[in-house]
Amino acid sequence: MKGLVAGGPVIPNFGQGSKCEQTNGWWCTDWLHAHWGDTLQPALVQHIELSLIAVGIGFALAVLLALVGVRYRLLDAPIGVFADFLYTIPSLALFQLLVPFTGLTVTTVEIALVSYTLLILYRNMVEGLRAVPSDALEAARGMGLTRRQTFLRVELPLATPTIIAGLRIATVSTISIATIAAFVIPEGLGRPIFTALGQDVFKTEILAAGALTVALALLADGLLVLTQRVVTPWSHAR
Amino acid sequence: MRQTEPMSGPGGVERAAAEIVFDGATKRYGDAEPAVDHLSFTVPAGEICVLVGPSGGGKTTALKLVNRLIELTTGDIRIDGTSVDALDVTDLRRGIGYVIQQVGLFPHMTIEANIGTVPRLFGRSKAWIHTRSLELLELVGLDTSYAKRYPAQLSGGERQRVGLARAIAANPPVMLMDEPFGAIDPIVRARLQDEFLRLQQEVRKTVVFVTHDIDEAIKIGDRIAILRQGGKLVQYDTPEAILESPADDFVAEFVGHDRALKALALHRIGELELRPPTDGGPRAQRSTTVRDALALLIAERAQTLAVTDDAGTVVGSLTRDDLLQ
Repeated sequence: MKGLVAGGPVIPNFGQGSKCEQTNGWWCTDWLHAHWGDTLQPALVQHIELSLIAVGIGFALAVLLALVGVRYRLLDAPIGVFADFLYTIPSLALFQLLVPFTGLTVTTVEIALVSYTLLILYRNMVEGLRAVPSDALEAARGMGLTRRQTFLRVELPLATPTIIAGLRIATVSTISIATIAAFVIPEGLGRPIFTALGQDVFKTEILAAGALTVALALLADGLLVLTQRVVTPWSHAR
Repeated sequence: MRQTEPMSGPGGVERAAAEIVFDGATKRYGDAEPAVDHLSFTVPAGEICVLVGPSGGGKTTALKLVNRLIELTTGDIRIDGTSVDALDVTDLRRGIGYVIQQVGLFPHMTIEANIGTVPRLFGRSKAWIHTRSLELLELVGLDTSYAKRYPAQLSGGERQRVGLARAIAANPPVMLMDEPFGAIDPIVRARLQDEFLRLQQEVRKTVVFVTHDIDEAIKIGDRIAILRQGGKLVQYDTPEAILESPADDFVAEFVGHDRALKALALHRIGELELRPPTDGGPRAQRSTTVRDALALLIAERAQTLAVTDDAGTVVGSLTRDDLLQ
């Protein structure tokens, strides 16, 4: 794994790169061609991995918490406040707090990222389940659906649009926050950004990594919108 | 399409309508006055019993005691001789059609899937449900193209027709209907009532029907149970008997001072002895109620009514006096 070398050159291949690399203008296509394979592409793949794992674990945890919060109403407020609290901790501070316990590892990064997804995922799940029309629930009971059948066939499908709406926000914000992971581990699209940040900022690398982060977020959002259309065809039938 | 599974009850056996017996049925919440107080009456198999009364009369509570959405405190309710408490609650409910005012269709399911809810619980195949839902859509007067639509794409009246179709999909012997037409505008409501009665001629369920509207009770019910505050049964009889001789002042006031006029709505002009056809005058079909026919004569300032058959051919006539007999 490529570590950060103290005092190393801030501009990659300083003095031997292409002309535009040495002049360090706003954009240098030559650099992009030369370093897509060894810098940007691996960072992008790592970034996708970090985000997927965070949203996946966050989603699973939120499902468990929401089941508890919906079933035992008394616990809803405490769970909500806890998720609120996690959400308000500044991400850099949270990394600092975790490092003494979990070190400079992926675990540290994931704990922080998962914490930020919980609030929005939990709130949307609970809201979605509560918003199920009471007449549909009464009909379900009256027709002899068991509690489990009512949950799986009526409540969960009807809450799906709200749950996916939460998933979209959580995913986009995770992809954005995951750039800060580079403070802890040399992975993700944050890494090229940090590398390029120095006394003499290498603009192309920052712009390219930033643009990739934004594009990834938009793509993920688009995929989720598409998913919602496919799994809830009824929500836009009028 | 060839039918491989029988279209009858879940066991594949045609289930006849069942008699419902309320036997001292009582519901009490805590130490408060009972919501339903020692209700005892019998609904004969295949008949419509309307529970009617002012709010606070415990009509809906009494209805929900049957499918145990509310549990009895004391007393018993038997369907076809079996106590509702003797059955597993989900089995009980799957054998009872349930229609509510807000309909309660599942917004995320197509009309076909909604209608197939209970058959699916009984393990019916998709093909069976598809055939059955088309058959039921026709039965409740909707085009079969509705099968693939979602509830949001239907009007209020159409949704309640689907609610009705869903309730009878698994061919239950008993139906509970809680103010099913209460949220529907008067014109559509009257049509739905007519079609429900026509449907009942075909399916012959034992129906318990709740309404606060005495006119609806008179029109729909084979028998009417009048409840008053505290869930007490005041009178249980046929609409004719209740209009003719109310049990007490409460019933007399509840059915209204125009009960003699209301009684005219119980008969259709086709049931009367017709005079030979005459020329001119307003026309009415044989299925028109005596009350509506009289209203028509008064509105048209006419003395004689031409009675037609379903095709519109004049088959006889009636005078105002004939209608008032």
